Amino acid sequence: MSDLTLTVMRLGFLAVLWLFVIVAVQVIRSDLFNTKGAARTAPRSTAPAPAGAGRPPQGQGAPAAAAQQAQARQRRGQPTHLVVTQGSLAGTTVALQGQTITLGRAHDSTIVLDDDYASSRHARIYPDQAGQWTVEDLGSTNGTYLDRQRLTSPMPLQTGVPIRIGRTVIELRK
Amino acid sequence: MSTFDVSGGRPPAAGRRRATGRSAAEAVPNRRNTELLMLLFAVAVPILGYANVGLAIDGTLPANILSYGLGLGVLAGVAHLAVRRFAPYADPLLLPLATLLNGLGLVMIWRLDKAGPLLRKNFPATTNQLMWSGLGIALFIGVMWLLKDHRILQRYTYISMVVALVLLAAPAFFPSQDENFGAKIWIRFGAFSIQPGEFAKIILTVFFAGFLMVKKDALALASRKFMGLYLPRGRDLGPIVVVWLLSILILVFETDLGSSFLFFGLFVVMLYVATERTSWIVFGLLMSFGGAAVVATSEPHVKTRINAWLDPMAAFGPNPPKQSSEQIGQTLMSLGSGGTVGTGLGQGRSWLIQFAAKSDFILGSFGEELGLTGLMAIFLVYGLVVQRGLRTALAARDPFGKLLAVGLSSAFALQVFVVAGGVTGLIPLTGMTMPFLAQGGSSVVANWALIAVLMKISDTARRPAAEPAAEPAPAIPEPAGPDRFGPPGYGTPGQSRGASS
Repeated sequence: MSDLTLTVMRLGFLAVLWLFVIVAVQVIRSDLFNTKGAARTAPRSTAPAPAGAGRPPQGQGAPAAAAQQAQARQRRGQPTHLVVTQGSLAGTTVALQGQTITLGRAHDSTIVLDDDYASSRHARIYPDQAGQWTVEDLGSTNGTYLDRQRLTSPMPLQTGVPIRIGRTVIELRK
Repeated sequence: MSTFDVSGGRPPAAGRRRATGRSAAEAVPNRRNTELLMLLFAVAVPILGYANVGLAIDGTLPANILSYGLGLGVLAGVAHLAVRRFAPYADPLLLPLATLLNGLGLVMIWRLDKAGPLLRKNFPATTNQLMWSGLGIALFIGVMWLLKDHRILQRYTYISMVVALVLLAAPAFFPSQDENFGAKIWIRFGAFSIQPGEFAKIILTVFFAGFLMVKKDALALASRKFMGLYLPRGRDLGPIVVVWLLSILILVFETDLGSSFLFFGLFVVMLYVATERTSWIVFGLLMSFGGAAVVATSEPHVKTRINAWLDPMAAFGPNPPKQSSEQIGQTLMSLGSGGTVGTGLGQGRSWLIQFAAKSDFILGSFGEELGLTGLMAIFLVYGLVVQRGLRTALAARDPFGKLLAVGLSSAFALQVFVVAGGVTGLIPLTGMTMPFLAQGGSSVVANWALIAVLMKISDTARRPAAEPAAEPAPAIPEPAGPDRFGPPGYGTPGQSRGASS
C-alpha cells in the first residue's frame, strides 16, 4: 500500500470522525428548534378537538368552514402554554393541546409537584365544554388559590393569572 | 348557543383523548429517522477504520470486513428497532454516539490483536468484545422492554442501596489472583470474570436519586449558617458520611481508587443538584482530599500510583524508585509520537504501551494513531453523550427522573474524566475503563444499560403530554397526607396529617 493512500486514509478517517461530531451537533441544534416549532404548531392542529364540542358562537347552523375559521381566530387569543413561575419546578413549560393537565404529587400527574404542601392529586386544569381553560381543585388539603382566592368550585382561567399550589405558582401564557 | 353547551359538564373524555393522541403523534416529530441516519453513519465510521487498519497492516482489505460490518450493523439495527418499539420519543443521538464509541473500541482492539506477540500478554480479544457488545445491546433492549417507566425504579430506592452495597462488597470476599493487577474488583466464575462495580454505579445512582428526592428539602433548608457555609443538621449529614466512609472502605479493602472517587463524586454532584447548596461541594472536596491523603500514605498500591503521577519518567531512569510504574510514561510517549494528526490507524507502535494497551490505556493507543485531532473528536463524542443526558434531566418533568438522569450522566462524565485524566497524567491513575472504548465485558454491558435508562427517561420527558393517566378520577379525592415517601416525622408543619377531605 503506497504511502500516499495511507496518508489520504489517515486524514480521511479524521475528517469523517469530525464530520460525525459536526452532524451530531447539527442534530442537537435542529432538535432545539424543532421542539419549539412543535409546541407552536401542535395546539393549532388540535384546535378542532376541544372546541369542536361546541364553541362556535355562530350557532349550529353555520357552515363547518366558517366555524373552523372562527375557532382559528379564537384560538389565537387562547393560551398555548402552562408555565410554572415559582417553586422547585420553576421554568417548566407544558404545551396546552386540549388535554387535561393534572397537578399533584402523584407520579402519574402531568406535572408532578415536588411540594410538601401539595396533595397527591391536587388540582386539574382542563378545557371545559366551551373550550375555556378551567382550574378545579380536587379536594386538596391545603387548597388551590386562584390569584389569592381559594377555589371552591371550578373556575375559568385567564392568561397570566397565577394559580398557587403550596409553594408552586403556575400560570397560563399565550 | 350550541346544543352541547347545555349540560355544563365535561365533553366526552374518550373522544377528546383519542383526538389529542392522534394529533400529538402527528405534530411532534419523534426523530427516529434522524436516529437511523446517524446510526448508519456511526456504523460506517468504524468500518472505514477497520478497512484502514487492514490496508495499513496487511496491504489488503481485511477478509471479514463484511461480516464485521454486518455484525455491528445488525446490533445497532436491532437496538434501533427496540427503541422504535419501546421508546419512540427518546433522544435521537444517544444510541448513535454509543454505537460509534463501541465500534471504534472494537477497531482498536482488533488492531492491537494484530500486533501479536509484540504486545505483552496479548491474546485475541475482538471476538470476546463483540460478544460482550452483543450482550450489552441485549441488556439495552431488555431494559427498554421491561422498564415501562423509569419512575418504577423509585420504589426500589432502599433495595437498590442494599444491592449496590452487596455488589461492591462482593469482590473483597473472593480470593485475590495474580492477574488482578493490584485491585480486587473482579468476581470470577470459572473462565470469565465480571466487575460488579460497573453495575453498582447504575444501581447506586438509583438509590441516590430516590433518597435525595425525599430528603432534599431537609438537606437544603434545615441548616445553620456558619462562616458563610450552610451546615446541615447531624441526622441529615449522616448519609453523606456513610457514603464517604463506604468509599474509603472500598479503597482500603479493594484498593480501587477509581470506583471510590466515582461514587463519592457522584454523590456530591447529586447532592449539589438536589439542594443547590455550594457548601456541599466544599464539603465534598475537603472530604475527598482528606480521605485520599490518608489512604495515599498508607496503601502501597495507591502510593505507587501517586509516585507514577508525580514523576512519570522516574521509572525509566538509571535507578528507578521501588514504588513506581512506567505505564504513564509509556502512554505519554505514545501520545507525543501521535502528534497533531496521528500516525494513522494501524501504523503506530501502540504495543509499546506494555500494559493494558487495550483496556485502561486504550486512549493512549487512540492518541497515537489518531493524534490530538482524533482524540478531541472522541472526547467530544463523550461530551455529547453527557450533554444529551443533562438535557434529558432538564426536560424531565418529575424530580426523580431529573436526579436520575443527572446522576447517570455525571457518573459517565466522571468516569471519562477519571480515566482520561489518569492516562494523560493530570490526576493519579486509577484502574477504570473508558466507557465503550476499552476492552472489558462488564463495562460495555453496564454502559449499554446506562444508555438504555437515559433513553427511557428522555422518552418520557420528550413524549407529548397525552398520557393515559391524564384523566384522573376527580370524584374520589385522594387523602392529602404528608409525604408518603418520607419517613414518619418528616413533614411540613403546615400540613395536616392524614386528613382526607
